[in-house]
Amino acid sequence: MISMVLKRVGNAVAVMIAVAFVAFMIFQFLGDPVQLMLNEQASQAERDALRIRLGLDQNFVMQFVTFITRVVQGDFGISYRNQQEVMSLIAERFPATLELVLVSTIIALSIGIPLGVYAAIRKGSPVARLLTIFSMIGVSIPSFVIGILLILVFAVQLNWLPAFGRGEIVHFGSWTTGLLTPSGRQALIMPAMSLALFQISFIMRLVTAEMLEVLRADYIKFARARGLPNRLVHFRHALRNCLMPVVTMTGMMIGDLIAFALVTETVFQWPGMGQLFVQAVMFIDMPVMAAYLMIVSAIFVTINTIVDLIYLWVDPRLRQAGVARGYHAH
Amino acid sequence: MHIDEAAPAGRMTQWRQRLNEAWDSDLAYSFRGSPMAMISALILLIVALTAILAPVIAVQNPYDLTQLFLDKAELPPIWVEGGEVPYLLGTDVQGRDVLSAILYGSRISLLIGFASVMASMAIGISVGLICGFAGGYVDNILMRVGDFVLSIPTLLVAILVSALFRELLPVNLRDSFAPLILMASIAITSWVQYARIVRASAMVEARKEYVLAAKILEVRTTRILLTHILPNVMTPVLVTATLSLGLAILSEATLSFLGVGMPVTQPSLGTLIRIGNQYFFSGSWWVVLFPAFQLGLIILAVNLLGDWLRDALNPKLQ
Repeated sequence: MISMVLKRVGNAVAVMIAVAFVAFMIFQFLGDPVQLMLNEQASQAERDALRIRLGLDQNFVMQFVTFITRVVQGDFGISYRNQQEVMSLIAERFPATLELVLVSTIIALSIGIPLGVYAAIRKGSPVARLLTIFSMIGVSIPSFVIGILLILVFAVQLNWLPAFGRGEIVHFGSWTTGLLTPSGRQALIMPAMSLALFQISFIMRLVTAEMLEVLRADYIKFARARGLPNRLVHFRHALRNCLMPVVTMTGMMIGDLIAFALVTETVFQWPGMGQLFVQAVMFIDMPVMAAYLMIVSAIFVTINTIVDLIYLWVDPRLRQAGVARGYHAH
Repeated sequence: MHIDEAAPAGRMTQWRQRLNEAWDSDLAYSFRGSPMAMISALILLIVALTAILAPVIAVQNPYDLTQLFLDKAELPPIWVEGGEVPYLLGTDVQGRDVLSAILYGSRISLLIGFASVMASMAIGISVGLICGFAGGYVDNILMRVGDFVLSIPTLLVAILVSALFRELLPVNLRDSFAPLILMASIAITSWVQYARIVRASAMVEARKEYVLAAKILEVRTTRILLTHILPNVMTPVLVTATLSLGLAILSEATLSFLGVGMPVTQPSLGTLIRIGNQYFFSGSWWVVLFPAFQLGLIILAVNLLGDWLRDALNPKLQ
């Protein structure tokens, strides 16, 4: 068991070092920081001084070690575009992204699970069929298209909700939230819905598939034979056994969502770190791009590793080496 | 003389026989029983045909600046007051006919979608065959690379690859290489699933006796791989390809929407939505709505078809 845990954690660390290496290579290949930081009149002596100060006179391996040491300490350098520290730029915008992602996950779970259960227990009924079609549409329509449609209807035509921004926000030290003000909550509705739609459909399809599988199981037949009411059979016996994959997929999806939020943030001009990244890509602002890549990958890898470890803990069969992982997207 | 007469007739009956066989196959039977699959196929057929025939059907070539008239800019669709023939779905701020732009845009979107699925399939199959057959450290390294690709969000990788490739190219080449860059950035993020499927099957097949027999007969390894092992793994590969075509078209549209994909001079559907997005606050909703609708329709049809194919070829459900 301990060796399995160590192996998973070791894998995660290896992936992160590889990601850091990719980020490091981006700097190596694109642009000389000395040239970008000094003006054209700088003398050769000044250039050399900066080169030494940045550690660029060292060999490749030492430079990479220095790079990793800085990154671990949270030092991602200075943004080329607005000369601010990358770490503080991202920290400033992280709450907005996390709020958006968490709210849309909650929306997705609270709508997706009931609809999925309904589509499974009323399989073949007109409403269930309609739901299946809707879920297919939901996973097919790009989230930016949904966002634009929502803006067209609720902001431009009906003028009910703000089309962009985050509304009024409240500060708690370095953390900010829009959930405590009416305008902040209003501004959150459309971005959260457009980000959640894919997840709602996805969770619904997952729950339906799992429920249909479980409802065929013998213990469900036995529960019915015992004369238990449908409500108990469906919710206490069947649904509970479907929830594990749902929890797993939701956990893994949060990492994906943080990355995907950058599209939604662009549509709604939501001041999160995804929007910062898209702007950085436009200006080829390397330090911000590299930092975003590493931070989002770190979140993604951490969540996946935790999900893996929970699986090891819950399902003893996986503890034997060589047994394929259970229910995983990849 | 005798042979010359017989050959075409023989070919005809052969053809007819093949058609009959195809018509009677399980797949065709399942297709005829699924209205969803038939509608999706029909939609895709129409979209593909209109996209291919765009130069013939479209009233203007949206890339040709001499065909754009600024006095015809921002005309609404024809059923709204102020709409003009022949601009059925209206025009954008530059006087570009929205319908023509959609037809040309679908062309680009479909082409890049197909090309990137083909590219990722080719990479995935090659890697899978090599890993499955070679085993050992080659297998280990390539599969670790695959794990690594999957352990970072794909959208992020695609954006970075696309942005960096662009940056590495000289400015005057960027626009003409945009489709290739997009193809590469989508293929780099999506070959792993093919590699995994092919590898798993290749490992099983490689141990079977017919492969051993072929080896003893000193058949070349590439030949064994391509003529004996590959056909056995094609079914799951094709299902995956159909399912990931929708994803590829979606990725292309997302990248273009974000501004790291197709340039404004050669707009794909994603680029058209990006352009339209800047103008709909001024009231020209048609510039963004129709390309968005077309994009959604294409992806939905592809996904429905992929879903049907997966179920139809799944032996467990038959």
